[in-house]
Amino acid sequence: MSEPASSSAVEQAASGKPGFDVTFTVSGALTGARKTLPLAASVFAVGTVFGVLARQAGLPAAESLSMSALVFAGAAQFIALGLWTAPLPVLTIILTTLVVNLRHVLMGAAWRARYPDLSAPRVYSSAFVMVDESWAMTMREVEDPSGTSDAAFMLGSGLALFLAWISAAAIGQTLGGLVRDPAEWGLDFAFTAAVVALLVGMWKGKRDLVPWDVAAVVAVAASHWLPGKWYILLGALAGSVAGALTDAD
Amino acid sequence: MRTEALVTILGMALVTYATRAGGMWLVGRASPSPRVQAWLRQVPGAVLVSIIAPVALASGPAETAAALAAALVAARTRNLLLAMLVGVAAVRLLRFWMV
Repeated sequence: MSEPASSSAVEQAASGKPGFDVTFTVSGALTGARKTLPLAASVFAVGTVFGVLARQAGLPAAESLSMSALVFAGAAQFIALGLWTAPLPVLTIILTTLVVNLRHVLMGAAWRARYPDLSAPRVYSSAFVMVDESWAMTMREVEDPSGTSDAAFMLGSGLALFLAWISAAAIGQTLGGLVRDPAEWGLDFAFTAAVVALLVGMWKGKRDLVPWDVAAVVAVAASHWLPGKWYILLGALAGSVAGALTDAD
Repeated sequence: MRTEALVTILGMALVTYATRAGGMWLVGRASPSPRVQAWLRQVPGAVLVSIIAPVALASGPAETAAALAAALVAARTRNLLLAMLVGVAAVRLLRFWMV
């Protein structure tokens, strides 16, 4: 590989030319982890709240910690706590989790399309740590011409978030009532502010106006009328289709 | 651990992983056509806008103003941490003033 510009490597990977070796290194994973640290702090704050609420909902530590470690999906876990009664509505909780996480299908497809030649073990290990935050950081990096094209970025980013999430759940579970509501400090807004900042970096000009406006309108309307996380999936589908239809190239 | 709790957690883990791997599997199975590729390139911006829109645009003036502050800091500095901190501080102050 003689081209010095990493942006050409990204384009080549995105165009799916055969024979292109996708970079997947420890250093790429570390870059992902390092750049994700601000979001790991926000995930940590949310994770402690989960630990506290899990304890209040009557989950023993083994249950709340294994849920955080195996499921690793904030919104679905909070909703599960709300449904956690005796007897346990097992199927309802599992089906709700599926619906809440359907947006991941779209996110995973968009990520994978950037690395068509990545091997299955690398793809499906990355899948385990693809959460909103790691995916957002990765897609921002992918779209940045000066960003890294290393496909291990999402794995490193996601592992950093995973460590924050499970350690926070353990702390919340242990400290219980000592942890205060992050909303008191405006910390509930940290993720929104971070995504706003990532979007500023992804702005490519007027061609983004149509997909982003359509996504915003549909998401706001859907969040008003529908429960759970349907608004993300519906807004994303509407906005991306509108963008694909109106974009000249 | 109670059996039904274990089954619930394992079921949640399974369906969650299926959603994460499912889209990757679909794209890896058949190389997407140029048209589908063009659509998938529109997905990141549309997902992220959808994630923030209800909070940033439709939950109150404090949140909207704080989102604007975070956007301005990000545009000027390209610093994610700073934009986050300014957004959080702004929402904290504005909620206090606007109550």
